[in-house]
Amino acid sequence: MQLINQEDVQRRIDNLKDQEVYIHLEMTTGAYAAHFDSSKHPAANFITNAVIRFSHGSISGNGPYRVGLKMGQGWVYSEGLTHYEETETERLIMAGHDSQGKLIVSLQLSRQPF
Amino acid sequence: MERILVVLPHPDDEAFGLSGTLAKHIKNGAHVTYACLTLGEMGRNMGNPPFATRVTLPSIRKKELEESCRAIGIQDLRLLGFHDKTIEFEDQELLDGKIDAIIQEIHPTMIFTFYPGYSVHPDHDACGAAVVRTVARIPKAERPPVYCLAFAKNLEQGIGRPDVFHDVKDFLPQKIKSILAHRSQFQVAELLNYDEQITKEIQDRFGTERFWTYPFQ
Repeated sequence: MQLINQEDVQRRIDNLKDQEVYIHLEMTTGAYAAHFDSSKHPAANFITNAVIRFSHGSISGNGPYRVGLKMGQGWVYSEGLTHYEETETERLIMAGHDSQGKLIVSLQLSRQPF
Repeated sequence: MERILVVLPHPDDEAFGLSGTLAKHIKNGAHVTYACLTLGEMGRNMGNPPFATRVTLPSIRKKELEESCRAIGIQDLRLLGFHDKTIEFEDQELLDGKIDAIIQEIHPTMIFTFYPGYSVHPDHDACGAAVVRTVARIPKAERPPVYCLAFAKNLEQGIGRPDVFHDVKDFLPQKIKSILAHRSQFQVAELLNYDEQITKEIQDRFGTERFWTYPFQ
């Protein structure tokens, strides 16, 4: 993973538009959030290998970044993205890591299931 | 000869609480089968700085688990292929059936798992519950003891104090290798500059492992 290069990510988003793609979208505080700090409210969600099609998609912000994907009937939105996998040729693998390197959010798109 | 079955949901669940005890039993001739339910593919730790991704994490954690098992001396590792974070939602018949098949195959003389309801992570609790359900179906006379790990905050009110303690000070090299094998998951302060010297600090922190024997009715 490397820090997001906005132009490179935008190019990858554009390559995946107007076609059926598999999405993994996730956000998590971690299962131990309240165990370590009782003032914390543990929450997490993920959806993996749902199929979407988007007609417009872009990455914005100055880092951490936001991504929005406009679909026929709705939107995909993700905030807090910091890293992407630059070695991927077909897929777009993005994540947001906190100061300790822990994953907080991820957004992944691929023509093949994850 | 002891035949030990370990059933835990995530690669690394064995490292802190159980690896010394297993190394000790193995030294004494035990055969250990470790059934690990998932690959921990939803873990948040990606290394620091991050070297894993959501996509590579399962294969990285699988290798880390194999390395940990080698360090402990575990002879038989089974990866059951369930998905991280989903154990509590799994088809119980399927889950219990997989555990039961291993029990019928190896006839363990003791089983290690998490104490259901007192192990913090939903996968831990659901894993322990599945083991307890499965073992409860075995006739009482043939039932192996189930030793549970637990670390919830409300332990003492709920299940009292642990009743089984293992001094694993002689097995700290294996235990530390097991912990360090999971390099994507742990950055342990006490072990940052570990150079094979077992200090008093390490002995105090890691030298005893404790378990609750599950009270079957």
